[in-house]
Amino acid sequence: MADLLSVRRLRVSYRSGRQTVPAVAGVDLTVRRGEVVAVVGESGSGKSTIAHAIIGLLRDNARIEAGEILFAGTDLLTRTDRQLGEVRGRGIGFIPQDPAVSLNPVLPVGIQVAEVLLIHRQARDRRDALAQAVDLLARAGLPDPQRCAHQYPHQLSGGMCQRVLIAIALAGRPQLLIADEPTSALDVTVQRQILDHLEALAREDGTAVLLITHDLAVAADRAQQIVVLSQGRLVEQGPTEALLADPTHPYTQRLVADAPRLTDSRLEAGAPPPPTGPPRQPVLTVRGLTKVYRGDTPAVDGIDLSIARGETLALVGESGSGKSTTARLLVGLDRPTAGSILVDGVDVSALNRAGRRALHRRVQIVDQNPYAAMDPRFTVRQIVEEPLRAFRVADRPARQARIAELLDQVALPASLARRRPAELSGGQRQRVAIARALALHPQLLICDEPVSALDVTVQAQILRLLARLRAELGLSMLFITHDLAVVRRIADRVAVMRAGRLVETGHADDVLTRPDHPYTRQLLEAVPGADRAVLAAPRPSSPLPGE
Amino acid sequence: MVDLIDVPAPVDGPAPTRTAALRSAAAYLLYRLDLVLCVLWLVMVAGWAVLPGVFSRQDPLTGVAAERLRPPSAHHPLGTDQLGRDLYARVVHGAALSLQAALIAVGVALVLGSAVGLAAGSLGHRAGELIMRIVDVLLAIPALLTALALITALGFGTVQVAVAVGVATAATFARVMRAEVLRIRAAPYIGAARCAGARGWWIAVRHVIPNTAGPVLVLAALEFGTAILFISTLSFLGLGAAPPAPEWGSLVSAGRNYLNTAWWLTTLPSITVAVTVLAANRIARQLEHRRG
Amino acid sequence: MPRYLIRRTLRAVFVLWAAFTVSFAMLYLLPGDPIAVMVGGSAGAYTPEQIDELRSQYGLDRSVPMQYVTQLWQALHGDFGTSIQTGAPVRGMLSHALPQTALLALTAFILAVVGGLGVALAATSSRHPALRQVLLSLPGVGTSLPTFWIGLLLVDLVSFRWRLLPALGNDGWQSLVLPAVTLALPSGSVLAQVFAKSMRGTLREPYVNTARAKGASRARVHLRHAARNAALPTVTLSGIIVGNLFAGAVVVETVFSREGIGRITADAVLSQDIPVVQGAVVLSAVVFVLVNLAVDAAYPILDPRITSGRATFRRKADVQWSI
Repeated sequence: MADLLSVRRLRVSYRSGRQTVPAVAGVDLTVRRGEVVAVVGESGSGKSTIAHAIIGLLRDNARIEAGEILFAGTDLLTRTDRQLGEVRGRGIGFIPQDPAVSLNPVLPVGIQVAEVLLIHRQARDRRDALAQAVDLLARAGLPDPQRCAHQYPHQLSGGMCQRVLIAIALAGRPQLLIADEPTSALDVTVQRQILDHLEALAREDGTAVLLITHDLAVAADRAQQIVVLSQGRLVEQGPTEALLADPTHPYTQRLVADAPRLTDSRLEAGAPPPPTGPPRQPVLTVRGLTKVYRGDTPAVDGIDLSIARGETLALVGESGSGKSTTARLLVGLDRPTAGSILVDGVDVSALNRAGRRALHRRVQIVDQNPYAAMDPRFTVRQIVEEPLRAFRVADRPARQARIAELLDQVALPASLARRRPAELSGGQRQRVAIARALALHPQLLICDEPVSALDVTVQAQILRLLARLRAELGLSMLFITHDLAVVRRIADRVAVMRAGRLVETGHADDVLTRPDHPYTRQLLEAVPGADRAVLAAPRPSSPLPGE
Repeated sequence: MVDLIDVPAPVDGPAPTRTAALRSAAAYLLYRLDLVLCVLWLVMVAGWAVLPGVFSRQDPLTGVAAERLRPPSAHHPLGTDQLGRDLYARVVHGAALSLQAALIAVGVALVLGSAVGLAAGSLGHRAGELIMRIVDVLLAIPALLTALALITALGFGTVQVAVAVGVATAATFARVMRAEVLRIRAAPYIGAARCAGARGWWIAVRHVIPNTAGPVLVLAALEFGTAILFISTLSFLGLGAAPPAPEWGSLVSAGRNYLNTAWWLTTLPSITVAVTVLAANRIARQLEHRRG
Repeated sequence: MPRYLIRRTLRAVFVLWAAFTVSFAMLYLLPGDPIAVMVGGSAGAYTPEQIDELRSQYGLDRSVPMQYVTQLWQALHGDFGTSIQTGAPVRGMLSHALPQTALLALTAFILAVVGGLGVALAATSSRHPALRQVLLSLPGVGTSLPTFWIGLLLVDLVSFRWRLLPALGNDGWQSLVLPAVTLALPSGSVLAQVFAKSMRGTLREPYVNTARAKGASRARVHLRHAARNAALPTVTLSGIIVGNLFAGAVVVETVFSREGIGRITADAVLSQDIPVVQGAVVLSAVVFVLVNLAVDAAYPILDPRITSGRATFRRKADVQWSI
């Protein structure tokens, strides 16, 4: 197989104000004809920058400092814009990150596909181009392509938009397809279908694929070669099987170790597992909880669940399943349309304003996006202090002592107390959010997707932190997530939610290994890396509180 | 944008030395030379307003009949008018009236508009919508016409003009204020504050109002330039300061009759207005930009 | 007619009613005695009997609610009373002057749209950083220049020095050029600023990258993909722009001594002729409302995302969701 794409010593930097920040610092990589190569890296690793540099879509403030990008023997960096136009679409196809915003909102999708054919003169006229576009949409797996071709992007779902983008990328019959996180904005079940389809189409046409992803499991499932990037540098590369089985670089080892997977065991942090035996007194009991927004279909449709003292229940569902609404109802940020929420036997929905406020001493929430959940003007100290001041817990010196203790509990250095949220990393912000949630000694912690915005290594650290705190403080937890692999590490029991209803509830081991409901099965099958021996192999147990 | 979520935290580096800080500041000023010039201009105009005598020793009100309609020269940098008065002195002394009026206008708009916007954003959905419908009506009448109608009712004079311009532009503040209040009330950190047990007044005073201040102040800076333009226009129409008093707009208006023979009488005061507005807008945009 | 347009029409009627009410409040309630204002400096010229007569002639001897109801009823029939200065009916004065101002505003509107969008498009499409910087800074300068000065400058240069076009009056197209250019400059600058900003934002949208990745030429990316999307927020400005042209006519018609609504308004304010000022204010609100209705009707054609009232409903629902 000949080299189709060869990137040599590529260096790219971004200018911001008067500073220059290197994003890619000398990367070499090669894609052979018909091969699938995955570029794996965490955020800030420069993987998207490489993809954009190859196809010439770098932002205005980016500068290619050095290197060459050889595509089919010619250096793309020396080409003029017009010459590059010949390569784009016909030589190299591109599938962008976020399908919902990557299609022109004011043009029907059929025309957007046909445009590729018209630009590269692969159609006789407009009518012919549109007819071919319908075929391409059908090939991309869009149901009823004839009708969809006349629809606008906002009338299609995210998955359907991604199929349109695949049709656009493949329309010019390119030799290379660059897919930049093609499914990270989609639900796992959709993600699986799209990737399967993309893989099949590429194989059919003999198209090489450069797959950019943050998800090692996705790379493991799809690629023959994996390239691992970290902070703009190439860390390790090699054939998929070999690289995963025996990573040599410490960074890759950590990445492999931290990737959540279904076969993981529960994080115990030295504490004994909660006794399974006679049912303990529940901290939270929910009966027939329903929330309807303005005559729409119910967002939450009569769910029942309970959490025992010291237990962690994972609430799993895809976007729009109503799991975040449930969280808001449970902490009293929204009032249920029907049903009861009992915390320690007290019905929350019957409480008045003061009662709901008092509830927050016992139930606290950790949000998905910690940055948005903090006043940008507050310092870390003020953020953690807010609940203590609101409930007049202790006097000033005692409060300061408690803040120090809380920061220590979440393993943040005291020097961070003067920082503002914008000056913290994502992992640090989530630790601050946890510290704030713990300030009032709550019994129940509701975590709404607390790790889904984080890189895997940070994700693993936060999960370990939560597991440790749970053991130390005897917390009960409702852990809301879309990621079944994460569930495995933290949950005692699992409740699977779909379209506002619970379809299955049970012990984590049972649900994840012997699912009853077809939907749960579908979710499990969609988890990337699920069917691969390499990732499924039990890994050496690592000591836990290694934060 | 997965790539932007987890920005590496800035590390605690050694504190920059004093000379390095100074050099960096100097480099920044050079990099932003236009901004520096704008600030300097506004400082100078403010100086005209506060201490006109320092900037011009000539009398703005009494002229020398022998020196009528002289073009700009070393003795009269901006020339003289039809009564032989020094135009530079009149521009310098006119700054006080013009700036004062602009400040009153922005003050009225800021206080009135922000109060209405805050109320509309804090009250319930229905009440807020009702208030904004009424504000929309003020936006349906061009601000200049609203100001003209108010002046018809209030009478002529600099203060009346200033108040009229303030009321006429208050609607913009109300809209921005309400949008900000609604945006902040919907922000997750307000939910988090409620979960932390914070009460309504605490949330309003500690979270909502401080976070609205930035955008509203940027708007105030922007409206300052607009106010100067409005006030000079209304003065030009003969509704502002009474004749002998120098005001930028009325200077142009008076010079209109000598357009053919003395171009400086209209052009130079107009340029003063234009540069002041330009400088105010430039600074406002910089503030806006810094807020992101 | 979709529900969306019905709701917009109802809102337009409400805005007109409210504009009338606001102008009534400003002009008849704010001054203690409107007659004293109208008679103004020439109070000595009127005997108390004459003033009483005027008061009853304008219905000001009645209670405030009665005055309001009577005026509203008359306004609904297009009757805005008579000018205190000339004694002519306000409606006749305004309708007589309207064509001249409409012609001026329309010409200025076309100039502003063509010039404003042209400069913005040239700026955002330019490959030369220096040229782009210069073009981008033009609109900011344009909004800072006083209109009256632009007018005087053009008269001075074009009419007096170069003797190319007439300085004053309403005769023929030659006399229309300078006022229209003067009137168009601030509005065109605002349009250019909004469009350039929108264009820069749109060019950063992911779908522009998709278009570029297809191999589309720069012209195709800018015109077919970016410009159309970027123009959407500009279209919603039309009402404000036309309103501003209408108000700007007050200055421009004064500077160029043209006959028109603006000139009438300026004179009416100077002589505190309340009925005429009110007529002009209500007329401007009518223009604003009509333009906005036209934009509302055209918008769904330009933006397929807005097909019915559902789009706005959904947006409101979102706010509910996130609080």
